[in-house]
Amino acid sequence: MSRNFMGIYTIWLRDVRRFWRDKPRIIGATIQPALFLFLLGTGLGRGIVGAFGNDIQGDYLTFIYPGIIGMSILFTSIFSAISIVWDREIGFLKEVMVAPIARWAVAVGKAFGGSTVAVFQGCLMLFFAPFVNVHINLTMIAALIPLMLLIAFSITSLGIVTAARMHSMQGFQVIMNFLVLPMFFLSGAMFPITNLPKWMDIFIAINPLTYGVDALRGVILGMNNYPLIMDVGLIAGFGIVMIGIAMVIFGKRE
Amino acid sequence: MNIIEVVNLSKNFKTKKGFISAVKDVSFNVKRGELFGFLGPNGAGKTTTINILCTLLTPTSGRALLNSFDVVSNPNEVRQSIGLVFQEPSLDEKLTAMENLEFHAMLYNVPKAVRNERIKYMLEMVGLYDRKDDLVNTFSGGMKRRLEIARGLLHYPKILFLDEPTLGLDPQTRSHIWEYIHQLRKKEDITIFLTTHYMGEAENCDRVAIIDYGEIIAIDSPFDLKKEIGGDVITVVAEDRDKAKKTIEMEYNVAVINNDEGLHFEVENGETFLPRFIKKADFKILSISLRRPTLEDVFIRLTGRHIREESAEANSVLKIHARRLRR
Repeated sequence: MSRNFMGIYTIWLRDVRRFWRDKPRIIGATIQPALFLFLLGTGLGRGIVGAFGNDIQGDYLTFIYPGIIGMSILFTSIFSAISIVWDREIGFLKEVMVAPIARWAVAVGKAFGGSTVAVFQGCLMLFFAPFVNVHINLTMIAALIPLMLLIAFSITSLGIVTAARMHSMQGFQVIMNFLVLPMFFLSGAMFPITNLPKWMDIFIAINPLTYGVDALRGVILGMNNYPLIMDVGLIAGFGIVMIGIAMVIFGKRE
Repeated sequence: MNIIEVVNLSKNFKTKKGFISAVKDVSFNVKRGELFGFLGPNGAGKTTTINILCTLLTPTSGRALLNSFDVVSNPNEVRQSIGLVFQEPSLDEKLTAMENLEFHAMLYNVPKAVRNERIKYMLEMVGLYDRKDDLVNTFSGGMKRRLEIARGLLHYPKILFLDEPTLGLDPQTRSHIWEYIHQLRKKEDITIFLTTHYMGEAENCDRVAIIDYGEIIAIDSPFDLKKEIGGDVITVVAEDRDKAKKTIEMEYNVAVINNDEGLHFEVENGETFLPRFIKKADFKILSISLRRPTLEDVFIRLTGRHIREESAEANSVLKIHARRLRR
């Protein structure tokens, strides 16, 4: 058992090391949400607040800020998970798969690695707070970090399940278009999820990121659509199911 | 003592067209300390067998024991007992040589106290110690392969698997890798299981299993395998070819093949045959040579086909091309 913990730690350490070494990736993953926040946010914000009426209290930039943190976590988590496919292509995954640790430990190590990296990216987003008129204090940070970790872990696990049977990076565009972008658009990150067409409500309700963004917005701005406990419960539940599936898929031998 | 025991091992793969049997009812043993080789053309089932032995695939039927652990029921114990160098590179190129080895040591439970010392020893053995802090993506193909060998040995495995260890490397690097393998056998108590489609490399093995279409068609030492096919190959170039051919056939009762290079025939104990032959010959000999049979001859005898080495393959493609152009 201690051997499997060591395995999880080793796989986690590698992902964190690789991430830290890849500074262009960190910069890129910081700039992308910043573009959404400051360019798209400022542009749309001029006219949009009136249109949403009372669904947005205050500035549009302030409203989307927690959503952008959610976006940053979503993208980083999925990218980290997809690195499994890359590992498979370069052959490194074999080295891990023949190591004397349980296969499920590989999935768990990857999930922790991806979530650590995603939380780091999420924390970088906190530096933008002063520019969008949000005041972040230490109590908030103390609540945000475990919350971000929970969201990141769930989404990384989802990414691992998606990547587990993928054999080339060509499937990446498919995942981007059919999973990542819809999850982002339908999470309430960029607009309030009240008064939407019925068909959209369904997708929003089954989107785990909806509850993640809601919880982030609750903690940062005090605006909630659902009770915080429900948000946390649903994300955690989703995460447990996903990591469970990932562990089973990895445990199987052909 | 047998360190590997394989009994009636089979592996089928499902495909769109039905089942493909990659490995068919294969049985063999490998003794402790042996350098054992799997020789066969590409697609013969060598890598599939290795993948079963190293627990990456489960067998469809049959049993395999490594270091007396079953590959199906005790995969972790098997994995701890073996080191692997895969056909394709399996290093993390974004990490340094040192970090790749650290990663391996941690996964294989090498105690922290001895970890660094052992990594140093292995890196020195493969001549990469001064490059330990360089990223692997700055390494040449041969250096990567050496690093993988160092990594495969880091947890003191009982068996080292080398799946086509010199594939795609230039001849000089190839012979370097073999120097390491020979050194290794002298220094460590280790069994080496090798797959190759290079005849020359198979000659280095204590025993060779020749595998074709998923079946082992012969298994013995290279010496005994070659002995089975008759004797030595004699090539004679004579002034009067036809006369020489007739005489040899009559005198020695052997089949003589006449081609561009001369007259070929097989005799036992070529060394003692040659002096007698030359003395007795009543035709003028321009040149004469004696060649030991190679494993290639063995393979041709058993299957009627060549194991094509890459260069041979490229040559034959060129020839076909040339022939087409001529028409």
